[in-house]
Order: sequence, then C-alpha cells, then structure tokens
Amino acid sequence: MRAYKPKDNVQAKAYYTDRFYVSPQVPKSHVESDEVFARDLEAIKAKFDVLDAYIQVGQMVVFINPSDNYKVLELLRDELEYTQLSEMSAIDWLADRGGFEIFYQMLSMNKRKRLRIKMFINKGEAVNSVEKLFRSADWSEREMFDMFGIEANGHPFMKRILMPYDWQGHPLLKTYPLQGDEFAAWYEVDKIYGKEARDIIGPELRDSAKVDRYDSERFARLGHEVPKGTKITGNEPKVVQNYQEEGGVFMVKKFDKKDSVVIDDPQR
Amino acid sequence: MQIKNRLTPFFENITFDREDNEMILNFGPQHPSAHGQLRLMLHLQQEMIVKAHPDIGYLHRGMEKMAENMIYNEFMPTTDRMDYIASSSNNYGFALAVEKLIGLEVPRRAKVIRMMLLEINRLMSHIFWLATTALDIGAMTVFLFAFREREYLMDIIEGYCGARLTHAAIRIGGVPLDIQDSFIAQLKSFLDKLPANIKDYEDLLDTNRIWLMRMEEVGAISKEMALSWGCTGPMLRASGVAWDIRKEEPYELYDEVEFKVPYSDKGDNFARYKVFMQEMRESAKILYQTIDMYKECVKNNQTELMAHAPKYVSAPKIDIMTQNYSLMQHFVLVTQGMRPPVGEVYVATESPKGELGFYINSQGGPYPYRLKVRAPSFWHAGVLTDLLPGHYIPDVVSIIGTTNIVFGEVDR
Repeated sequence: MRAYKPKDNVQAKAYYTDRFYVSPQVPKSHVESDEVFARDLEAIKAKFDVLDAYIQVGQMVVFINPSDNYKVLELLRDELEYTQLSEMSAIDWLADRGGFEIFYQMLSMNKRKRLRIKMFINKGEAVNSVEKLFRSADWSEREMFDMFGIEANGHPFMKRILMPYDWQGHPLLKTYPLQGDEFAAWYEVDKIYGKEARDIIGPELRDSAKVDRYDSERFARLGHEVPKGTKITGNEPKVVQNYQEEGGVFMVKKFDKKDSVVIDDPQR
Repeated sequence: MQIKNRLTPFFENITFDREDNEMILNFGPQHPSAHGQLRLMLHLQQEMIVKAHPDIGYLHRGMEKMAENMIYNEFMPTTDRMDYIASSSNNYGFALAVEKLIGLEVPRRAKVIRMMLLEINRLMSHIFWLATTALDIGAMTVFLFAFREREYLMDIIEGYCGARLTHAAIRIGGVPLDIQDSFIAQLKSFLDKLPANIKDYEDLLDTNRIWLMRMEEVGAISKEMALSWGCTGPMLRASGVAWDIRKEEPYELYDEVEFKVPYSDKGDNFARYKVFMQEMRESAKILYQTIDMYKECVKNNQTELMAHAPKYVSAPKIDIMTQNYSLMQHFVLVTQGMRPPVGEVYVATESPKGELGFYINSQGGPYPYRLKVRAPSFWHAGVLTDLLPGHYIPDVVSIIGTTNIVFGEVDR
C-alpha cells in the first residue's frame, strides 16, 4: 500500500437539496421524565461534569469530558448495574468540529435500560482505554483504532484488527477514498522486479475459464501436443490421434476411430 | 531479471520453535472447522494452549462505509451478507432501527409475517449450527439429518421471497409481500415433524460418549466473563444469564406470544448445545402462535403490509400505478431516498446469534452519517482469546463450533 494523503470529504453527497428544507429532529425528552435514568444521572453528576443529557428513543444519552471516561464507566458498572458494554465506536466530525465523537453503548440487565455515554475528542488525541473494565473493549478499541486512527491509552495490544497490519489510512474517515487504487497490484511487482517487469507480466488474466488454443505456453493442448513455446499461427497441420502404440498390446484390439460405431438405440 | 537488492525477505513475525519449548500453531484462516476465515495463533505447551490470539478481518467488506454511501433502502440487501445463515434477522434489525429513528408504526399483519420470518430464520440458523458443529465433532449423520430439515425451511422461505440464503425479505416500514398460499400448510407440516426430528438428533447425541467427552466441561464461560466480553444470545444464556431481548425489551408482537427463555448455569459446550436445542422448540412454539395470529389478521381483514408514511415509505403498487402523486413520491424515494430526521438511535434485536444492534446517526440526509453494526459474533470470536487457554487442540474445534460465529458478521 502507498500512503494516502486525505483530500476532502469524499463521501457520497445528496445530489438534490432543497434550500428551504428544514430536517425534523428525533424528539428528545428530559431525563427527569424517567425515574431510573434520573437517578443514574444524579449519581453521575455527583462525581463528574455532565455537559448534556437527554433521553432519545428510550435511551439516555450523557455527554461527559473525555478524561472521565474510565471513571464514569467504572461507576456505571460497579454502582449503577450497567454490566455490559454493548458497543463502542467513534463518529468522524473532523470537517465540522475538528475531532471525533466517541460513544459507549451500555446495557443494564437488572434495570432493563440502555444508555449511551458520549464524549468529544480533538484530532490527534487519544482516549483512555476501558479494556480493564470491559474485556469487550479490547476488540472494540482495536476496531476504532483501525477504522479511525484513534488510539486508546493503556490498551494491551493496539493493533489493527480488520484491515491488514500494513494498511495505510483509516477506512471510516470521511476523507478515505471510496474506490481502490487500480495500480495497487503493481506496487509489490515494482518493489521486487522493477517497473520494467510490468510489461513482461502483462495484465492480470481475470477470466479463469479462458482457454487459448494457440497458447502453447500455458496449456497442454491434449491431443494436439506441440513443444512448449511453439508459435502456432492457426493453420496447423491436422494430427490424427493414435490411442495405441503401433505394435499393439496383447489381447487388446487396436482402436480405430474410423471403424468405431456409435450406437444410437437406447434400448440396445 | 530479478534485481537482487530490491528483494527483501518477508517472513511473518513468528518463531516456530522457541527456547521455552512453546510452539506456535497457526489454525486457519483456511481451516474447514473454523466456520469461515478465522485465523487462530495458538501458543502451545505440548498439546495445551497457553495463549490464543484470534485474527479476523479476512472477510472485511467495509459494510459500515458502504452504508454511509447508500440510501437507506439500498443498504437492505447488503445486510443479508452479514449473518448469511439467517439473513432476515439482519434485514429486520436494520429495518427496526430505521423505523425507530423515523417513528414508524408497522401494520399488524406485517408484524406477524416478520415474526414468522424471524423465527424461521432462527430455526434455520440453529439447525445449521447443530449440523456443522456435529460434523466438526464427527457426527456425520446428524449433519445429514439437520441439513435435510434446513432444506424444508429454505424451500418455504424461497416460496416467500425467491431467495434461499440472502432473503432481503423485509422492508423499512413493513414487508413487501403477503405470504404465499402454501406457506402456512408447509410450515405447519414442518413444525409437526420438528419435535420428532429434534428427538432424533438428541437420541444420537445426548448419551453419545464421544459427544459428551467433547462437550461436557469443555469451553466453560463464567457469567462474569460472558458479561465482560459482551457475549449475548445463547452464549450468555448458557452461562447463567436468562437475558433474551425478545422477552425483556419486546419488539413486534413478542409480548403477545407465549415462550420460555431456556438457560443454563454451566456455561460449557454442552450447556450451549442444550440451550440451542431448547430454543428450537421454543421457536416452534412461537411459530404455531403466529399462524393463529395470521389467521386472525385475515379474519379481521387487516390487509396492510406497509406503513403509511408518504415521506418515508412508497405507497402500495396499485396507488403508484393509478395515482400521480404516489408515483411522484415513489420516484423521489427511489432516486433520492428517504431523509430521516436528525438524531441517533441504537436498536438491539435478538438475532439467532445474539444481540444484533444497529446504531444509526442521521444528520437529516439521505445517507446515514454513521452506521455501526453491533454484530454478536464479533465478541463471540473475541472471547476465544480468554476461553481457549487451558484447553487442548481438539477442544478448539468444538469450542469454535458452539460459539456459533459467522464470519460475514464478525468482519462485516
């Protein structure tokens, strides 16, 4: 892979936008409207700064400072019974706000409640790993690093997880290209054999079923054998195939194509 | 021709024989019992695994990136390719997330059909799980029996949507079609035979010495470990947490049907096997009830299959063909796509593998700003890191079998 210099937001864009269209909002309600969430929020607020909190589609969303994430999740797990970290990942806001939004999706099985902890980090910042609290964050944080390039401090094995280890770039960034590099197949060839070899190797044979009957390099040409590499132009002499040695074999009658009979009668 | 100094030797950064007598074994990515493209790097002391390092990503197609560049309806067939053993459950998870985002209410008849499809998919997935796991352990007969049954279910699904594996049978706002005339009769005849079939499998396996040796007290996951690793579905239920999203946070009409949540506190392979078998019976129970619900819908003349929301869902075909405004609406929805309101949603559904969640962040455009798929198999593959150490090489196969991972879903 070659290093890719990010250009612009290359994501698909709506080709028609109405200037006067105001998009509706998914309704948000106050946290006070739900007893359980209100109590949980109180517990979080008692110890940490809460930047914003609301309920959307039945789940509480709490915005916290990025430096508090480990402590907040520890509080949620140990005191508020949010025993499972269902999911965590990031959202690319680099173009609009110069950073990433990171969310932790929490589940409490005792309370039958789900809440989402969100925080905003600037470009180039790392987050505290929560792998010590939830083992599932081990892979989630690796995936986040792989997809966005956000590192987690204190993670035991901060390596790519889905992409190859020598990959350049982070696929879920809005600046990451949507189409592959069509010359990528040659980069390894260039490195090993030099650019001259491109002509010798030629384009990749994509049709695996293609058989060229004049190609004496790659195909055995059963029944029409010629020495390897012979140039065949097309008007080659017709070779009569002999299926048996001239001398014959004991007890076996010599096969002659001309004398053979095709039996059509299926009832024979 | 070769230019000597340009060739740098490339060795994978692995030592095969080390001073501490530890051998590193590469399991996969092309191992037939790895159920897909799983590569496991196993550190071995003699035959015992002391460290396991699962390596995934061989089937990564960037579905989340694709979703960000597709209109919502366009993404539906892509979701089929995640858990391709039970693809309707993925369709459904995505459809439900978008419906929650928009605030759509789906007509009752569509809900019943969706539940039928979901439970048929659950049965298909569990039967497939049993077949492949039994085959890995060596029980070829169970494999053949189970595939026979799965074939019947695939025929029913094929009759409904025309596809056997990648169904795309659910739309945002409902279902595209009513079930075919033969659907209920076929389903009923299948369900009537199912208890006998399950008994056949259990007769072959339950007291089988080999099966018990490979299953009992192998791959035990404690409750804490399952919770910490984000295990869900049968993996979590076999470890002593009776958490089923259908029961606890009911969607569709799961609060109207009667079913039990089987669970076990053993956490080993055998517990998971038992949970899977019991869940098949519960699914059959649900399906019987949905048949009655469907008949009630027919009796009450509830014919609507798609929600009525002109901003988001196309009108019925008859309206599109006869009414100008519906045609225009349909044209806009197909070419530009729906534009859900600004906001975000995380919706979890109980897929056959576990909790399948879709997180969607919409900025009011025709494409999701961010879509994250919470696929259960991802963590069920991750848990192998902590689960495998202490086991022996043959256990790896049975443990991978009972975790029921599908790589379309792990790598997305």
